[in-house]
This record gives sequence, structure tokens and C-alpha cells, in this order.
Amino acid sequence: MTAVTAFPPARRSPLRWAQPAAVLLVAAVTIGIPLWLVAVTSAKPQAEAIKPNLSLPHHVQAGENYRQAFDQGKVIQGFVNSLLVVVPSVVLVLLLGAGAAWVFARRTGRLAGTLYALSISGLLLPPAVITIVMELRQLGLAGTQLGMIAVYTGMYLSTSIFFMTGFIRNLPEELEEAARMDGAGPARVFFQVILPLLRPVIATATIMVMLFAWSDVFYAFFVLGGGDRATLPLNLYQVANAQLYLNNWHLIFAYVVMMSLPMVAVFVVAQRRVVAGITSGAVK
Amino acid sequence: MVDTATMDVSANPQAKDRDRPSRQGGRGRSLRKPDQPWWFALPALAVFGVFFLLPNLLNFVYPFTDWSAFHPQIGFVGLSNFDAILHDGSLARDIRITVEYAVLVAVFQNGFGLALALLLERDTRFNRFFRAVFFLPVLISALAVGYIFRALLAQDGALNGVLSSLAGHPVDTPWLGSTTWTLLVVTLIHGWKWMGLAMLIYLAGLKSMPGDVLEAARIDGAGAWRTFWSIRFPLLAPAVTFNVTTALIGSMNTFDIVQATTAGGPGSETEVFNIYMFRIFGQGLYAQASAMSLVLFLIVVVLAVPVIVGLRRRENNQ
Repeated sequence: MTAVTAFPPARRSPLRWAQPAAVLLVAAVTIGIPLWLVAVTSAKPQAEAIKPNLSLPHHVQAGENYRQAFDQGKVIQGFVNSLLVVVPSVVLVLLLGAGAAWVFARRTGRLAGTLYALSISGLLLPPAVITIVMELRQLGLAGTQLGMIAVYTGMYLSTSIFFMTGFIRNLPEELEEAARMDGAGPARVFFQVILPLLRPVIATATIMVMLFAWSDVFYAFFVLGGGDRATLPLNLYQVANAQLYLNNWHLIFAYVVMMSLPMVAVFVVAQRRVVAGITSGAVK
Repeated sequence: MVDTATMDVSANPQAKDRDRPSRQGGRGRSLRKPDQPWWFALPALAVFGVFFLLPNLLNFVYPFTDWSAFHPQIGFVGLSNFDAILHDGSLARDIRITVEYAVLVAVFQNGFGLALALLLERDTRFNRFFRAVFFLPVLISALAVGYIFRALLAQDGALNGVLSSLAGHPVDTPWLGSTTWTLLVVTLIHGWKWMGLAMLIYLAGLKSMPGDVLEAARIDGAGAWRTFWSIRFPLLAPAVTFNVTTALIGSMNTFDIVQATTAGGPGSETEVFNIYMFRIFGQGLYAQASAMSLVLFLIVVVLAVPVIVGLRRRENNQ
């Protein structure tokens, strides 16, 4: 609102209708058309869906398509598998990252500086996915959920350490001092003083890791492969590649809708947090 | 690693300032056990070391071996894997394509994101709703985004259908089948998927602008255009750095969108590094895939890191 008053009234009046009109047009073309395509195609019989177009289905068989995609794509299994790797990864990234960030933020020695620099190198360097596979095989973790959790945690720790270290540096150390005076040991200080103060940055890290890990198919392909441990995106890849390659648009899009709903639901529920978390982390 | 030192330049001086008084005040403390024991950092360092750093170190070893699905034992073979990717043309081609891809994505993601942020800058209910709408593609998995655009842009797909009815005659542009233009199309899709995130970050940058500076510019008679280019855009430097950095790094590691739209085609013209690794790994040629992974690592260190350090420096100078 303040931005409006910053402009003289004469400038504002022609823009008053131009802005909403532009927004509506851009949204309809860039977001509306792709999502409409997904929605209508997921309700069409295969014969109609072979050539994907924007027309309404002549014969609506949404229920049938969704049921079929649900069974063939093993939605329940994929959902559980996704949760089983994403939730522990997020928890570990947050907990281990916070511990390391606390040490890096408060200790000033050369060792702490070097280890911090090393720990956040993962922000820039690409994970060496091929040799990860080799290493996991030697550790007996190839194809296991534990291996996948380890890989995701290793990949995203840099993000959380980077955000959390910056955040802790801006927290007054007096709070810790006070707790220490009261006789609290390091573990108590960490869990009762530091962790609760980290809430905003925890939101950021959670969202970042969830966004990436929930939709990842590349690393999951190398580490988990297909089979019983496949996550939702891996299952989608298999549905799309099954039988006649990409002639199953009706099933692919039914699957896309079911797979995207959890993330959209998380966003709708936590929207304010999501936005605040992402933006506060990026621009200080 | 080089840039990590510059990345926290903004946070460091304050931290040091605050440290000093507490150091002096609590001199006696140093004799007692440390306040932030190292073992709090150990689990993170161990996981990061074993599952991120170690594979990247091993990546300097395995490319020089004959590791593959067909060898029970691994032996050193020197440079023959690099020879192979150099001579079948994939090395030079994939470097070119990945770098082009990263630059185009950085341009589109930032262009779209900044345009949306400026369009939706005012905090009205209407604008807040549409910010969420433009954020939707960020929430949809990249693989799904790829399939959506594959259907939209297929030769007998939705876009050509719409264009046909608008033009009055059949249009059958092969959007994803041109050896020249398909890379551009795929990077546009990538930019589309992430424009919502760039928008949010630019919005945050626009919101954090000091009101008095803008007021002063207005009083000095600067118009909206002038204010934007002379004041607001330079003040967006941290947001630009963040967005360009994440776009470059993210798109050099791209896989899902390319795999779902073109799978590297037509004629390998969209084969970025990760598509190559995926394909060659599937053929069982692990060492050769690992050689490509090492090249990607070096490209990032040599090309991307200096760009990011430079952006960061530019931002601090302003």
C-alpha cells in the first residue's frame, strides 16, 4: 500500500486496471494453461488423451484413471517410501546442522573457520553421484533407505549449516552465558537455549530440503533404483516409461496430480512460514 | 570452497565485535571445559565427510580405472576414459551444452522472477493470491513439470493445436525436436519451474528497501523508471546474487526436466552432464560416467565459483 502513495495520483490511474489485467493474463497463459492441460487430460480415456489438447473430455473417466494410476504407480507405497527417506533426512539435516553451526558460529579459531568453509562447500560443489554409488556398495548401503538418507543428509547439510551459522552469529551470546551461570551444561544450553531460538531458520532449512528431496529422482535413481523402495517420483518415472512410452498421458497426469497434492497441501497450510522462511534466508 | 570465505563477509565483523567483550569478561572460563564442545559438530562433519567429501575425493580416483559392470576387479587404466569421452565427442559437446543451459536458465529464471516481483509488488490481497499461484510450479516435481511440457509442446500436442486454430491452418512445429532451438525451449521450461522462487526473493529484496532513499529520489524528481534503474535495481544486488547463484548451480546439476522433455535429444543436443552420466551408468560404464562427473566438478570450480565470488564482491562494494 505504501508503494502506491509513493507515486503521484496522475500516474496511478492508468495503471489501476493495467496491473490486475496483466497479472490475470500472465497467470492464465503461464500457469492456467499447463495446469488445465493436466486436469483435463487426467480425466480423459486413453484414446482421447493420446494427443494432449486443452479441450474438455468428451467422456469423463477421472475416477477410473486415478484408480489405475493409484494401483499401477503404487501411490501408497511410494508415499510411505518418500516419507521414510525425506523425514529422517530433514531431521538429521536440522539437528546435525544446528550442532555444527553452533560450534562454527561461536568458536573463532582457524580450525573452526576451515571446517566451516569445508562444510558449506556443498552449496557449490556438485555431489559425485557415481562414486557415491560405489561407496554405498562397499558400505553395504546400496539400494537401502539408510543409504538414501545418508546421501540426502550429506548433500543438504551445507545448506542448513550455512543458514544456521549466519543466524546464530546474530544471536546475543548473553543468553547462553545466563543459562551457563545457572549451571546448565553444553547439552542443556544447546537443546534449551539455542535450538528454540533457531525456529525461523529451521523453517527455511526444512522447506529447502523438503522441496528438493521430495521431488528428487536423479539421486534416488542411483541410490535406491526401482523396486519396493522406490519413492513417488521414481514411481512416476516408471509409470511414464511403462509399456508404450508416453502414450499413457491420462495415467501420467493422474499420477502427477496425486503426487503434487502433498506438497501443495504443505504449502497451503504453512504458506506464511514458507514464504518468510525462504525469503529471510536469502536476503538479509 | 574459495568463495566460502567471502560468503559470510557480512556476518563476520559483527560476530567478532561481539566476541571481544565476552572473551575479556570471562577470562577465567578458558580454564574450564569449552562452552561449545567440538563433539556437537562431529556428527555433521562425519556425515558430510563420508557421504559428500569422500565421494568427491574418490571422484579423482575412479575415472582413471576400468571400473564397470563387466569387470569383477578394478584396475588402473590411466586416461583412457577421458580419451573415450573426448573422442566420441561427448566431452566438448556436454561442456558446451551444460554451460549454455546454465547461462540461459540464469537469464530466464531471473528475468521472469524479477518481472513477476515488480508486477506483484504491492501488498494487496489480489497480489498475495497470485504470488501463491506463480509459486505452484516450484512445488510440482521437476519430473512432472517435464511431462507437462512434453505434452504441451509435442508435435501433435496442445500448443500446436491452439496455434492451428488461431492460424486457421495446421501448425506442427517440433518444439522439442529442433537441434538448434530445443535447448532454448528446455531452459525456458526450467526458468518457468523456478521463477516463483526467484520472484519471492526479489519481493523480499524490494520490501527491505529503505523508504527514505526512495522518498529522496522522488523529491529529486526521479520517475518510476529512473528510480528503478538508479536506485532500486542496485539495491537488489543481494537478491540478484542469490538468484543467479542458485540458478547456475541448480541448472548445472539439472536432470529431471531434460530427461522428461527430451531425454537429451534430439541428436544429443540437450545432453547435459547428468543426462550423460545417467545414460552411461545405465550401460554399466561406471568409470566413464565418473570421468564425466569429475569434469562437471572442475567446470563448476573453474567457471561457476569465480562468477559467484565476483557477484558477491560486487554486492559488497555497493
